[in-house]
Amino acid sequence: MSWTSFLAILAMGAVTYATRAGGFWLARRLEPGPFLRAWLEHLPGAVFAALVAPMVAGAGPVGWLAAGAGFLAMRRTGQFLLAIVTGLAVYLLGQELGLPKG
Amino acid sequence: MNDLAVRLRGTTVSFTWAGALRGARAMLPIVPGAVAFGLVYGFVAGEKGLSVLEIALTSLLVFAGASQFLALELWHHPLPVAGLVMGVLVVNLRHLLMGPALLPWLADLRPAQAYASLYVMTDESWGASVAELRRGGRDAAFLLGAGLTLYGFWVASTVLGRAAGDLSGMIERWGLDYLTTAFFVALLAGFWRSRNDALPWAVAGGVAVAAKAFLPGTWYIVLGAVAGSLLGAWRDVR
Repeated sequence: MSWTSFLAILAMGAVTYATRAGGFWLARRLEPGPFLRAWLEHLPGAVFAALVAPMVAGAGPVGWLAAGAGFLAMRRTGQFLLAIVTGLAVYLLGQELGLPKG
Repeated sequence: MNDLAVRLRGTTVSFTWAGALRGARAMLPIVPGAVAFGLVYGFVAGEKGLSVLEIALTSLLVFAGASQFLALELWHHPLPVAGLVMGVLVVNLRHLLMGPALLPWLADLRPAQAYASLYVMTDESWGASVAELRRGGRDAAFLLGAGLTLYGFWVASTVLGRAAGDLSGMIERWGLDYLTTAFFVALLAGFWRSRNDALPWAVAGGVAVAAKAFLPGTWYIVLGAVAGSLLGAWRDVR
């Protein structure tokens, strides 16, 4: 491995860790007022929605069906593993039937 | 409003082996997907001319699938170091918002525990941790246990992947490309608190889907999440 490769990998690792640690580092230094507290309260759900919505939207009709089935299974049974298996099963079935993917 | 306030109703946050094991167990359903993704990464990296040592070091130090794949796209000698670093930074921007979401756990830990846990934080371990936090979980080692589990499988599978053949056909055949999405959908379904969430979530999701078409990296997650959470906060506080 060349020095350039080593330094490039090191630098990529450093910026990645900076993003992982930086948000917490900054947030714990702030003195949260009412607005900031309300914002932190909403942040997890919003990050979640922003992460998942494009993932599902990009998965095509097979993915939409599978996501719907998995979502319902979770809401109905509360069984996490069952919800994953249901989603995956519907995905594989749709794929087998030749439904379009993302 | 603040049922999750920064001190979790005055109870202290713990950091135990039992919590770490709980976190590790929560990752098991997606291990096949992570391993498959890792094997493919290792294979593609090998094709791009990365040595086993370079692959291992990248996985150990960067440990972020999407940005590692992006780096492969740019991996031509002489290496465009500035481009690599910028690309990886943009893909990982979303992490900046994930740390603060775990403040109720992390703020009560010793700094070494918190910053070590953050080193191995991924989308998946973060998602499961936020779900655990919402269920009232007080053992913050959950995040570290979940993260380390994926870390181990990721490093091993990316290194092994270099020796493996092209497995992308098999991965599609078994739906492993969908496994992460299935995992997140199940988490999301368990995440819902009240109708109070509907508007911030819809805005976050809508903005993210729209922004993804135009913006590089994970700017779309940052933009969607900031829009949705600011709206929710503004509505609650005004």
